Amino acid sequence: MIAAVIALPALSAAVLLSFGNRTNKFGPLLAIFASTGSFLIGLWHFLQMVARPAEERPALTTVYEWLAVPAAGFKINFALQLDQLSISFVLLITFVGTLIHIYSLGYMSHDENPRRFFAYLNLFVAAMLLLVLADNYLLLYVGWEGVGLASYLLIGFWQHKPTAAVAAKKAFVANRVGDFGLSLAIMTMFIVFGSVSFSDINSGIVGAPAWVSLTLGLLLLLAACGKSAQFPLQSWLLDAMEGPTPVSALIHAATMVTAGVYLIVRSASIFNASEIAQTAVVITGAISLLMGAIIGAAKDDIKKSLAGSTMSQIGYMVLAAGLGPIGYVFAILHLITHGFFKAVMFLGAGSIMHATNDNVDMRRYGGLPKVMFFTTITFFIGYLAIIGVPPFAGFYSKDHIIEAALSHSWWAGAAVLFGAGLTAFYMTRMMMMTFVSKSRWHDDVHPHESPLSMVLPMIVLSVGAATMGILLTRNHIFEHWLEPITGFVKPEPPLPIQTITTITLSVVAIGVLIGIWQNIKIAKVAPVKVSFVVKAARKDLYGDVLNETLLMRPGQGLTKSLNIFDNAVVDGFVNGLGLFVSGISARLRRSETGYVRSYAMSIVLGTALLIIALLMVRI
Amino acid sequence: MNPNAYLVLSGIIFSIGAIGVLLRRNAIVAFMSVELMLNAANLAFVTGSRVWGTLDGQTAAFFVMVVAAAEVVVGLAIIITIFRTRNSASVDEASLLRW
Amino acid sequence: MIPYLLKLAEVSTPGAISFEPLVFWLCGGLAVIGAIGMLVSHKAVHSALWVALTMINLAVLYALQSAPFLGVAQVVVYTGAVMMLFLFVLMIVGVDAADSLVETIKGQRRIAILAGVILVVALVILLGNSFSIQTADLVNADSAYGGNVQGIAALLFGKYVLIFELTSALLITAAVGAMVLAHKERTAPKKTQAMLARELFASGTYQGPLPTPGVYARHNSVDTPALLPDGSVSEISLPGPIVARGVVKKINQTDLDGVQIISEGLGLVASENEEGDK
Repeated sequence: MIAAVIALPALSAAVLLSFGNRTNKFGPLLAIFASTGSFLIGLWHFLQMVARPAEERPALTTVYEWLAVPAAGFKINFALQLDQLSISFVLLITFVGTLIHIYSLGYMSHDENPRRFFAYLNLFVAAMLLLVLADNYLLLYVGWEGVGLASYLLIGFWQHKPTAAVAAKKAFVANRVGDFGLSLAIMTMFIVFGSVSFSDINSGIVGAPAWVSLTLGLLLLLAACGKSAQFPLQSWLLDAMEGPTPVSALIHAATMVTAGVYLIVRSASIFNASEIAQTAVVITGAISLLMGAIIGAAKDDIKKSLAGSTMSQIGYMVLAAGLGPIGYVFAILHLITHGFFKAVMFLGAGSIMHATNDNVDMRRYGGLPKVMFFTTITFFIGYLAIIGVPPFAGFYSKDHIIEAALSHSWWAGAAVLFGAGLTAFYMTRMMMMTFVSKSRWHDDVHPHESPLSMVLPMIVLSVGAATMGILLTRNHIFEHWLEPITGFVKPEPPLPIQTITTITLSVVAIGVLIGIWQNIKIAKVAPVKVSFVVKAARKDLYGDVLNETLLMRPGQGLTKSLNIFDNAVVDGFVNGLGLFVSGISARLRRSETGYVRSYAMSIVLGTALLIIALLMVRI
Repeated sequence: MNPNAYLVLSGIIFSIGAIGVLLRRNAIVAFMSVELMLNAANLAFVTGSRVWGTLDGQTAAFFVMVVAAAEVVVGLAIIITIFRTRNSASVDEASLLRW
Repeated sequence: MIPYLLKLAEVSTPGAISFEPLVFWLCGGLAVIGAIGMLVSHKAVHSALWVALTMINLAVLYALQSAPFLGVAQVVVYTGAVMMLFLFVLMIVGVDAADSLVETIKGQRRIAILAGVILVVALVILLGNSFSIQTADLVNADSAYGGNVQGIAALLFGKYVLIFELTSALLITAAVGAMVLAHKERTAPKKTQAMLARELFASGTYQGPLPTPGVYARHNSVDTPALLPDGSVSEISLPGPIVARGVVKKINQTDLDGVQIISEGLGLVASENEEGDK
């Protein structure tokens, strides 16, 4: 039955892509129906699971035997593992996914081919569900590649724009580096354990030598970095904003980019066994969360600023996942709340773009509350959630991560605290530039509220962003829910919890105040005279420059020299041979006079030679 | 009598025919030379038949005659066609197939 | 004569005087002479006749070697049919066409003669001692079916029947092929006699009988031109050679007077007086 969750959107995508333009009329509705059906089935499973006692909740469904080498005792089933962790993801993906499907109905209404867009969205939902439901790494890898493909197709959905095509390619290449790590990890598992299923790895890792868990941990971290846009593979995410905004909300904020976090939490047993790998994860998360925040603080493009924010928030999750049993639950908690508030903010950004002729420059916004009431309200709820104002969702998840980080080490705590301040700063800056300040619209722009199909999902999501924190943390309900899967150890920070909350809120308040103070007056054009930090942040902290100098230029040089080698040496030899043969032929063909008697002469001479040879042999 | 004498005679006639093909430009005479070579081969066949005491050689010579007859018919038709277009029966005239 | 010679050859016993060498040297020599004759004749017709000579002599040699059927077939097929076909084609192409003696391909003649000599020497050495066994007799093979022709027939329709059938296909193909090759497509309908006559007169040239020499002249010999009613000379009455030799007789005044009288009498021309009035 759980297979239907994946099958519905997969089937819908197959129908929409195979039958092409014939499905244009009902395509979007079919896609929404498939996604909704998926959500309802998931919800039904969730309710059944809640009814069962904690130890009976995980359920394994073997759909069919996928790969089997009986002689080697090797078998991989196409099996779906439904437990507390995966059902959380299923609900998040299908719920947010369905809302964004509905939102896209309005957003893509003016597009040439919304059918293709919805087909890709369904494809993504199916692949993402396969990723989180797989019971082994190989099947997870199928979903992993599937979401990568869907992401590629959707970033480059407007493939007539060169920037979109290039961004899609960049995302694909960066993801491939990460995928390489995952495939190597799977191969290592197969060599060491002879199996790739989660249960076998979890039981086998306990007695395995230290290098196994370290290697696997680092390889899985590489995979997570690629998919979740963490340092050093972060550069693709900002460019990925070339895709349609619903895509940015669903794939590049709420779901796909969190797959790395899922992978780390799912492989908890591996990371628990290797302290070095865990530390690497924490460092990666810390670097990424600060980098993302700094980039987000300098961008004038609203979507890129939000992308930097996404990178930063995923940095939080990765950092929390690296903390071990004290952090896994909070990583997932933050993942879910982030899914809601970041989605609502992206959808809000999309709504604004929809109203302002696809303008993304925040310096030409301002004064929008008058004309876009619902967008402003929902965006503001998302803002309060992300900076962590109680009682909104972000407060609960982020506060827990800060506690856990502080109990891990002072530097991790300092990083997340500083990050919280930065988050408050750049989000306040965004609010000031977009809504609070006076209007600086382009002359031909006449903003208006978006249609109901777009507003409704934003309202639903903003309700989630406001309440999800309280709902999930009351009586430690989420900790108990996930504990059987990921394990949970209560963090013991060096300071009392009330003190930490106070410090956090103070840092956030300082960030908000600086944000307001710096953005009272906003220039229509970005100032040129800025500090080197801003300059660097505007250039994505030189991520692209680094990639280009270290990877692209040497590659181009190699290609050029190979080309020269090919032209000079290989072609020289081949052409020389050809010239030699043609030169010889030009001389030899003179013997072909066209006279029959000349040809007969050669026959007669040949016969005479043959007879003489025969005579010689006989003698 | 020594059958090799017949073979030597056959060889001489064959060689004369070959020289004829090489030297004569008139297509019809060249053709006659070819016929001469075929006849020389027939003589060798007949001699062989006699030496071995079987009739297979004579049968082979018979087939050579049949094939030669067919060849003459087609060959002369070709010569006539060439003569019609070029007004000449010289084999050197038809020398377009060259470098 | 052939069965007779054959009989002579067959009855010869070892040690006895045999007629076979005599016939061999005679006919073999003639065959070689015929071949060389073909090679050196300038006219194609002569070459064809020389080849016929060679072929007849080869037929004798076949018969001499217990192959009477082939000997007869050789005469019928080669000298009778093939060589006649050659002559027929020569008639179409032109009997007079003689080969030019100038060799057009550089070095062809020298190399050809050299190659021929090498070929002759090599073949003679090679063939000169091919058979070391004693000559067997075909009598047994012939008598098995009751004769040479019957023996060959048994082979043709028994062992070699497939090849025989294939040669029949070859012959049919050759006959059809020759017809196709030699066939000339008519591009315009054939002209009738009436059309030809109309064409002739439409050309505007004089088509009637030419006037005989000496008409109205005092002499009727061919060197005297005919005179027209007005007394002028008709050029077409004179044969070409007479004009070319310059022996045409002169016209004297009495002839002219006579012509005038006749003409006036017949009313063909006006009298001098009337002419003067005009």
